[in-house]
Amino acid sequence: MEALLLSRVQFAANISFHILFPTITIALGWVLLFFRYRFARTGERKWWDAYMFWVKVFALSFALGVVSGITMSFQFGTNWPGFMETVGNVAGPLLAYEVLTAFFLEAVFLGIMLFGASRVPGWLHITATFLVAFGTTMSAFWILVLNSWMHTPAGFELRDGIVHATDWMAIIFNPSMPYRLAHMLLASGLTVAFLIVGIVAFRRLLGDRSETSATQLRFGLVLGAVLIPLQILMGDLHGLNTLEHQPQKVAAMEGNWETGPNVPLVLFALPDEVARENRFEIAIPNGASLILKHSADGVVPGLNDFVAEDGTVLHPPVAPVFWSFRVMVATGMAMLALSWAGLVLLRRRGAHNLPKPFLYAGVAMTFSGWVATLAGWYTTEIGRQPWLVQGVLSTEAAVGDVAAPMVLGSLITYLVVYAVLLLAYIGVLLHLARRAARGDTPVREEPRRPSEAQAAMPAE
Amino acid sequence: MILDATTLPLIFVTLMGLSILLYVILDGFDLGVGLLMPFATPDERDRMIASIGPFWDANETWLVLAIGLLLVAFPAAHGTILTALYLPVTVMLIGLILRGVAFEFRAKAPRTQKPWWDRAFFAGSLMTALSQGFMLGIYILGLRWTWASVTFALLTAGALTVAYSFIGAAWTILKTDGALQTKAVRWARGGIWGVVLGMGSVSLATPLTSDRIMDKWFGFPEIVLLAPLPLCSLALIVMLWVSLRNLPSANDRFAWLPFVGAIGLMALGFAGMAYSFYPYIVPEQMVLYDAAAAPESLRIIFYGALVVIPVILAYTVLAYVIFRGKATQLSYD
Repeated sequence: MEALLLSRVQFAANISFHILFPTITIALGWVLLFFRYRFARTGERKWWDAYMFWVKVFALSFALGVVSGITMSFQFGTNWPGFMETVGNVAGPLLAYEVLTAFFLEAVFLGIMLFGASRVPGWLHITATFLVAFGTTMSAFWILVLNSWMHTPAGFELRDGIVHATDWMAIIFNPSMPYRLAHMLLASGLTVAFLIVGIVAFRRLLGDRSETSATQLRFGLVLGAVLIPLQILMGDLHGLNTLEHQPQKVAAMEGNWETGPNVPLVLFALPDEVARENRFEIAIPNGASLILKHSADGVVPGLNDFVAEDGTVLHPPVAPVFWSFRVMVATGMAMLALSWAGLVLLRRRGAHNLPKPFLYAGVAMTFSGWVATLAGWYTTEIGRQPWLVQGVLSTEAAVGDVAAPMVLGSLITYLVVYAVLLLAYIGVLLHLARRAARGDTPVREEPRRPSEAQAAMPAE
Repeated sequence: MILDATTLPLIFVTLMGLSILLYVILDGFDLGVGLLMPFATPDERDRMIASIGPFWDANETWLVLAIGLLLVAFPAAHGTILTALYLPVTVMLIGLILRGVAFEFRAKAPRTQKPWWDRAFFAGSLMTALSQGFMLGIYILGLRWTWASVTFALLTAGALTVAYSFIGAAWTILKTDGALQTKAVRWARGGIWGVVLGMGSVSLATPLTSDRIMDKWFGFPEIVLLAPLPLCSLALIVMLWVSLRNLPSANDRFAWLPFVGAIGLMALGFAGMAYSFYPYIVPEQMVLYDAAAAPESLRIIFYGALVVIPVILAYTVLAYVIFRGKATQLSYD
C-alpha cells in the first residue's frame, strides 16, 4: 500500500514536471514558424529578433521536455508494470507511433532549426521549423489518444484479463479524444500567449523600447484574447462529454452529493467526505443544472450514486478534484480579463504605451498557463481514480513490486532535481529577458538569402 | 513472410536490437564527449559540445525507441527487467536529465554559472554511462543481485564507460582539428587499452556464467563458424592502433578511421552478445516468444515501422550531411 502511494506521488511529480514543457513547445513551435515566416515575407528585423529570442526558450523547454519524458517512459516499467501487462496491446502501438512519427521528426529537425540557419537555404530552415512544430503536435496527438482511451476506453475486448485491440479507429477516435485534444492544444496556445505577454512585459518594464518587443507584446495579447473564448467553449463541451462518460468525475467537480434536479453551482465549499456533505457552501441556485443540462430542472448526477452496497467508494477523492477544477476556471477567467483589457488598451494607446500597472499584471500572469494546465490535468486525472483505465484496470492493480524505501529514495531525488531545474529554468528566462532588454544580444548574421545559400551548397 | 506469433517476436527483437545498437553508437559518442570534458580547456569544451549540438537529441531518441519496443512488443519482459533494474535505471535517468539540460543551460545561463553546468554535464554523462554498463552486467547474469553479479556489473560499468569515452574521442578526432584533435588522439590511444581490457573480460566472463552460453560458443562446429567475430575484432583493434599512431595526419587523411573502427568494434561486441542470449529476452528466465504482445498489435506497429523507419534514417542522414565537416562555434544562426 505504501509503495502504491509513493509510486503515485512519484508519477504525479514526474508528469506534472514533464507537462510544463510540452505545454510550451507544442504551441511555441507554431509561433516560431509564424515569426520565421513573417521575417521571410517582410524582411523586417523585428521578426527575426522575435524568432531568435523565443527559439532559445524553445530549445531549453524542449530539452527539459525530452529528459523528463524519457523518465516517464521508463516509469511505466519500473513502477507500473501492470499497466503494460494489461493494456499493452492498445497502449503499446499508440506509444510506438508517437516515437516513430513524432520524436525522431522533432529531434532531428530541431538540430537543423537551431543550428542550421546559416548552413541550409531559407526554405529548408522554414521547413525544419514547420516539421518541429508538426512533430510536437503529432506527439500531443498520440499521447492524448492514449490518455483519452484511459478515460473512455473503446474498440477492445478482454481475453483472460488482458486487453486485446479489436477496432483501431474506435481506439484512436475514442469518445473523449477530440475534446481532450482540442482542450489541450488550446491550453498550450494560451500558455505560450501569456508566457510571451509576461516575459515581454517584463522586458518593457526594464526599459526595452524596441519595435520587436512591442510587436511580440501585441502578438501575445491578441493570441490570448482570441484563444480564451474558444477555450471556454471547448471546456464546456469537454465537460458535457465527461458528464456522459464519467459522471462521477463531474459530480466531484461540482461537489454535488445527491443526484437530482435544480442542482446549484457551488462557488465555494469544503467538501467533507466523511460526513458526505459540503461545509461553508456558497452556491448559485440551479447553476450546475443550467450549465450541465441547459435547463434549471436538469438532473445532475451526485456522488452518493457511486458508493457500492458494502460502502466501497467508487468515485474519486472529492476535494482535490473540486478545488483543482476551480483553480483552472478562475485562472481562465483572469486570462479572459487580462487579454481583453489588453485589446482595449492596444486600440486606445498602442503597444508602445501600455500603462505600467497593466504590464505588471502581465508579468504576474507569466506562468498562468502552467497553473491552469496543471489544475486541469489534476481535475481529469484524479477524477478518474480509483481507476487507471476507467472500468478496466484499477490503479492499485497496476503498481509494481518495488520496496517502498527504494521508491521513496528515487522520489526524493527526483523532487530535488526537478525543484533545482525549475528554478534554473525560470532564472534563465529572466536572464534572457534582462539581456534582451539591455539590447545585449550577440552580433549574428541573418540567415542566408536563398540564392547564395543554394549556390554555396554543392561547393562545400 | 507470414506475420504470426513466431515471426513477429523475432522481427521485433531484431528491431529492438538494432535500435539499442544505434543508441549505443550514437549516444555513445556524445556521452563520450561528456566524459572527456574534465580533460579539456573551457574553449575546447565549447567546440566539443558544438560538435554534438545538432545530434544529441536525436541520438537519445533511439533509447526511447528501444525501451518503447521492449514496452510494446514484450510487455511481460518489460516489467520484469525494469523492476529488477530499478536502482540503476533511476541513476541513469537522473544522469540523462542532468546531461540533457546542462547542454542547454550552459549556453544560456549567466556566465558565472557555466562551470557548474559543465560539471553537471560531465556528472550526467558519467552517471548514464556507468549505470548502463551496470545494467548490462546484471542483465547478462540473469537479473540477479548477488555479490558476484554486482562485482561483474561493476566491471561492465567500467568497460562501457571506457568504450563510450573511446568513441567520444574518436568522434572528436573526426570533428575537430589542431591542438584539440591532437589531444583527442592521445585520449583515444589511452582509451583503446581500456576497450581491449573491457571487451576481452566481458567476452571471457559471459560464457563462464552459463553452461548454455559456453556450449553455444565452444561447441563444434560453432567455434569455427563464430571465429570471424573475435578475428574481426582483433583486426579492427590492430587497425585502430596503427591509425591512432599516425594521427593527426597531413590533410586530415584517415581522421574518420578511428570513429568507423569504434563503430565496428561496438557492432561486433553487440553481435556476440545477441548471439549468446538468443532466444532469451530475460537471460535464462523468459524466451522472447513467451513475452511477446498479441500479434494483431505487433502487426499494426510493424506496418508503421516499415514505412517510417526508412524515412527516419533518411532525415537522420540528411542532418549528418548538413552538419558534416569540422565543428565550429556553437551558434544559433
